[in-house]
Amino acid sequence: MKDKISGIAAQLLIDNIDTDQIIPTEFLKSIKKYGFGDYLFDGWRYLKDGDLDTPVEQRGIREDFILNQPPYNKAKILLAGDNFGCGSSREHAVWALRDFGIEAVLATSFGDIFYNNCFKNNVLAIKLKPEEFDKVSSFVSNDPFQLSISLANKQLEIGDQKIIFDIEDSLIQRVIHDLDDVDITLKDSEAIKAFEIKHLTSKPWL
Amino acid sequence: MNKTLYDKLWEMHAVNPDSDGETLLYIDRHFLHEVTSPQAFEGIEKKGLNPWRLDSNVATPDHNVSTQRGKMMDIDKADHSLSKIQLIELDKNCKKFGVTQYDINSEKQGIVHVIGPEQGLTLPGMTIVCGDSHTSTHGAFACLSMGIGTSEVEHVLATQCLRVRKLANMRINVIGTPKHWITPKDVILHIISKIGTAGGTGHAIEFAGEYIESLSMEGRMTICNMSIEAGAKVGMVAYDLITETYLKERIDENDPNMIEALNQWSQLHSDQGSEFDKEIVIDVTDLLPQVSWGTSPEMTIDFNDDIPKTPKTKKALEYMGLENEDNLLGVAFDKVFIGSCTNSRIEDLRATAAAIKGRQKAKNIKEVLVVPGSRAVQAQAEIEGLDKIFIEAGFSWRDPGCSMCLGMNEDKLTPYERCASTSNRNFEGRQGHLGRTHLVSPFVAGLIAIHGHLPKDLSEYHYER
Ligand code: SF4
Repeated sequence: MKDKISGIAAQLLIDNIDTDQIIPTEFLKSIKKYGFGDYLFDGWRYLKDGDLDTPVEQRGIREDFILNQPPYNKAKILLAGDNFGCGSSREHAVWALRDFGIEAVLATSFGDIFYNNCFKNNVLAIKLKPEEFDKVSSFVSNDPFQLSISLANKQLEIGDQKIIFDIEDSLIQRVIHDLDDVDITLKDSEAIKAFEIKHLTSKPWL
Repeated sequence: MNKTLYDKLWEMHAVNPDSDGETLLYIDRHFLHEVTSPQAFEGIEKKGLNPWRLDSNVATPDHNVSTQRGKMMDIDKADHSLSKIQLIELDKNCKKFGVTQYDINSEKQGIVHVIGPEQGLTLPGMTIVCGDSHTSTHGAFACLSMGIGTSEVEHVLATQCLRVRKLANMRINVIGTPKHWITPKDVILHIISKIGTAGGTGHAIEFAGEYIESLSMEGRMTICNMSIEAGAKVGMVAYDLITETYLKERIDENDPNMIEALNQWSQLHSDQGSEFDKEIVIDVTDLLPQVSWGTSPEMTIDFNDDIPKTPKTKKALEYMGLENEDNLLGVAFDKVFIGSCTNSRIEDLRATAAAIKGRQKAKNIKEVLVVPGSRAVQAQAEIEGLDKIFIEAGFSWRDPGCSMCLGMNEDKLTPYERCASTSNRNFEGRQGHLGRTHLVSPFVAGLIAIHGHLPKDLSEYHYER
């Protein structure tokens, strides 16, 4: 059970960062579900482009990119611009964040499919109102070490201030208990079967 | 209660309509391809499960395939080892679980969103999902279709359902009759430039109005395809006579099941007076051809307009190498790509052919790739002699696949190359590391191919759709 996320918070305040930016297509050739952390924001992190066969050490680090700089190279929380994760449905984008070590992403809005994909991998995506986001952002700019997220009471803690965020219970429960959707749904097998019989009988061309 | 098309489709498929928040939505059709399925098959295998309803699944390789493979290809000879692994994996998984696959050598192979409708696998009223965000394409058939992630691919294989929350309703009414060189691609690019890439977030968009009603199914697919670039997972068009005519070529009208189907499908439209959470009107009467100038589809202007220069556009203009240009008219291109699930259907290829007929590719254009969306489109184009027009113009006529839409195979831009592309995304690096993409219609792509740049005056070109 996980009830708190706290750690270094990094900020990448660019709007409309799409999933091609989070992980370029080249790295979608893997058939595995893990091992994408090195390719997170690949185009911005390295001097030379690469592929799964090229060790990242050979590609040169871009020192000016935030996630390459200590302490942010160990970030657990990411503050991002509007409409973060728009674009392609590739879940590899979330796998890359997760494998890098990001446990929570904060933004004022997210791409719909990306938002969903986060919770399938127990990465917490938190939507904040612009004024709340700005508050957290300026706090983190002063001190990247003190942001803490309390899951059960849906609360962000910045210093002695608290901000309540809104999130559906079923989503946050997944992160807290590391639940698997397939297991949850299969509990309703009987209802699905009953629905299916009715549905396919009334639409026999299916 | 007056219901929208989306409401109707939702109610027809909600297994537990009374649950709060997440609903189990029953899925009628599930398309799979090689890139987003391997981890999902592995997932159900680990749990000891089989696909819940096997015949709802259809797979085809498209994202990764070589477009120079010829009609018969031995996967083992694929030149890129990593792409080969995914092709082999898809083949293996389909065989293991018994999933229907239009494999690399099938006459039915093609981009998932092209072959679904073409093969009669996409039918009105269906819920359709695929591990690809452009699944919204199928909404042109009054379907509830959307892109999903790999965990959801696994979930649909295992349970035939999706756990989703209902979206809000949005309607975009497109009115007016545009000029003859305007294609559906110009219209959807224009809509995205107006409402922004987050304009439809959280909504299911129904495209309606006299312009949409006048469109062929191919044109409607192009529009619904790019709903996701407007932020909406779901895009739809109501069922009408044009839908019916398209389908009658693909179904047996005398089959009693189909008679019943046609009857039920006729209800697939929003009721008169149904309410939408958001509604906008777009008039296309004076629309000019659209071209994107930046690194997001919303960064789109009329072909002869000034490029917006503000502190906010600086980063994109630098990436695109346009800091010193006032407009796009004098800008030289290096490559042209005609293809992708947005614009690789027969009508699109006809539009390109009409733009170039009898002319040659310009000297500064290094390569023009024409990649049909499917084997069926390729065959039809060859019957019509379009392939000859392309080849005589110095273009490269290829085998079907996603190709340079996302640059996963060898079709890519090299750094700083400028490309006119009929695809849907101009994100940084989308078509190759540091490549520069301008989204255009297949007609404009043809014009750029023969001029080497955008022509200043379009009045001499005629293309009737
Ligand atoms: S053509 Fe492009 S957008 Fe369409 S499915 Fe293939 S990669 Fe995705």
